Amino acid sequence: MPSRSTYVLIIFIGSGGAIGSLLRYGMAQLFSTDAFPYGTLIANILGCFVLAFLTNYAFIKKNVPNDIKLAINTGIIGSFTTFSTFTVETFTLLTDHLLVGIMYSTLSIVVGLLACFIGYLLANKKSPNKEVIE
Amino acid sequence: MSLLYIACGGFLGANARYFLGIKLNRTNPLRPYGTWIANITGSILLGILFVSFEKSIISPSLWLLFGTGFCGAYTTFSTFGTETLEMILSNKYFQAFFYCLSSILVSLAGVAIIFLLT
Repeated sequence: MPSRSTYVLIIFIGSGGAIGSLLRYGMAQLFSTDAFPYGTLIANILGCFVLAFLTNYAFIKKNVPNDIKLAINTGIIGSFTTFSTFTVETFTLLTDHLLVGIMYSTLSIVVGLLACFIGYLLANKKSPNKEVIE
Repeated sequence: MSLLYIACGGFLGANARYFLGIKLNRTNPLRPYGTWIANITGSILLGILFVSFEKSIISPSLWLLFGTGFCGAYTTFSTFGTETLEMILSNKYFQAFFYCLSSILVSLAGVAIIFLLT
């Protein structure tokens, strides 16, 4: 029988997941076209930056309660970004226009990793003690 | 109403990813088996849903609930990115390269099989 705190955790992560999914849907409605999924691309890159910053910023690591961190990091950011839509979009683009498909997947990975790195650098610049992501 | 479907799917997807991660992800050294499995299985499931939706086997509301909501939230790009960065920062270049490439190639292969079978 799960404890009461487990139920609280499920509600925190789930609510974050609901918010993140709705934001992602909004991004797709605003920016994605039939030719290119700009919405998913922007959401994934933005999410990479924010998650790397939040998980490395010492002030947040020390002072924000664990439930809230899970709701934001695992819930909102984790659900705002998506790997499954990225894969299916890459596949359909590859079969329609090979070059566009290669460009989409390469851009997502390279710029996504770069965004993570910038988030990490910015978090460590703002906090004196340097630590690797946990 | 469509927003409610997406929110419910997102609620379930985020929890499914979290509990899979708790069960399977290893730290020190980082071995994100949970994220890896979630991203691959979620991609394949989305492939199945996408094909079913295109052929009108499932309704738009089911697509929003399980496709946009559940699969979208169950899989994650941001955690995948920060995990890859962590491997790079701890000089595990081969592991980072393998994690990144295997996540993409296995997911794409799974989706390709779904599309070819239907």
